[in-house]
Amino acid sequence: MIEFLQEVIQLYIERGPWFLELLAAHVRLSVMAIAIAGTLGLLIGIVLSEYRKAAPAVIGICNVFYTIPSISMLGILIPLLGIGDRNAVTAISIYALMPMVRNTYTGLVTVDSDILEAARAMGSTRMQILRRVKLPLALPVILTGLRSMTVMAISMCGLASYIGASGLGKAIYRGISIYNPAMTFAGSILIALLALTADLLLGMAERAYKKKRRMNG
Amino acid sequence: MKNEKAADIAVKFQNVSVSFGENEILKDFSLEVKKGECLTIIGTSGCGKTTMLRLVNGLLLPSSGTVEVNGQDVGKCDLIQLRRGIGYAIQNVGLFPHMTVRQNIAYVPSLSKKWNKQEEERQIQRLLSVVGLDASMANRYPSELSGGQKQRVGIARALAADPSILLMDEPFGAVDSITRRGLQKELKNLHKTLGLTILFVTHDIREALRLGDRVLVMEGGRIARLDTPEAVKENPGSDFVARLLDEEEE
Repeated sequence: MIEFLQEVIQLYIERGPWFLELLAAHVRLSVMAIAIAGTLGLLIGIVLSEYRKAAPAVIGICNVFYTIPSISMLGILIPLLGIGDRNAVTAISIYALMPMVRNTYTGLVTVDSDILEAARAMGSTRMQILRRVKLPLALPVILTGLRSMTVMAISMCGLASYIGASGLGKAIYRGISIYNPAMTFAGSILIALLALTADLLLGMAERAYKKKRRMNG
Repeated sequence: MKNEKAADIAVKFQNVSVSFGENEILKDFSLEVKKGECLTIIGTSGCGKTTMLRLVNGLLLPSSGTVEVNGQDVGKCDLIQLRRGIGYAIQNVGLFPHMTVRQNIAYVPSLSKKWNKQEEERQIQRLLSVVGLDASMANRYPSELSGGQKQRVGIARALAADPSILLMDEPFGAVDSITRRGLQKELKNLHKTLGLTILFVTHDIREALRLGDRVLVMEGGRIARLDTPEAVKENPGSDFVARLLDEEEE
């Protein structure tokens, strides 16, 4: 076991720049997917909360995408987008849409109706209610969605090397194909650390926001 | 009442009916509230008293009949502007939990960007003292206030837009009787000094008699009694009021 860990550390030292490059690519792909799914998901969630009749259908469709195993999603898109980063970002974005749409929608429609009535009675426009009352109150729930989506995107990005995308999955994949368990392990650890760090940071942001606004004490 | 000039009327209901499906909440309801009057409204739950208030600021439009506010037909005017000129305080207060006391009070003026920073500071201080709160409360969040303090902030917020009409739906419903007494006194003072027209819904007959220039008793969507507190006390004219007054005496 000790020897194995030494081997891993040795690998990090020897191939430091390569791992850094993979880490940077992993972050880049994940961030792109998170930005796309985050923005789209937020917009869809907001629109659905304003036009609730459409909600079951749209959330149903998102659910279908979400049920497709992530590795199949990558495969399904090959005929359309070929192999590589573009396919990976698209697949991850589609997959990550669901938590974002669902949390935005849930957060917005569960805002206390007394508060909304008060906002309306005081002469707020629909936009003002959304921007100044609903969104700030829904933000903790939306942040929770962003957080689970981020962790998911980072882990799914690890699979994307199977369809020729860059990222830390490459180290795992190469380690398996050249029978170098240390390399697979080294890549896996970095993905795990990346996911944990992102989760920690977003968790802190969520708590800071709640504390600032004195929500849930 | 009949010879009142139109300009002296703040709120006018004319043959108003409101129904939700089969359920008729208000039935051919007509009423004039004079400018500067405090009208208290009392009745069993479901008698249409809250519906009445919601008609005044257009949260609800009548199924038939018209509601006029300061001579303007609510069904035909700009509801956003209308609402910004009417103060609104409700039982559950509806304070925005994510905003400080200051932001809550400044909410309506901020919708139309009415106050600059200095003006805001001045107004917040003024309104806090009007409702009997310490200036240091301005930066607190609603979750850090007691029930009575929340109600006061709710009233300060309703007053912030400098309204000529104040709608209050059991605004003191959630506070203990001592605090309630204090708030009632302050509201009475405010009414006198600011010359506001107040429509005040309550289920507490004592409160209705104490605060109202006139008391309106509602039963099943109709006016059961509408008179001065003294006259209502003298001659309840309705079983419901008589029963409430009886309970009072026990």
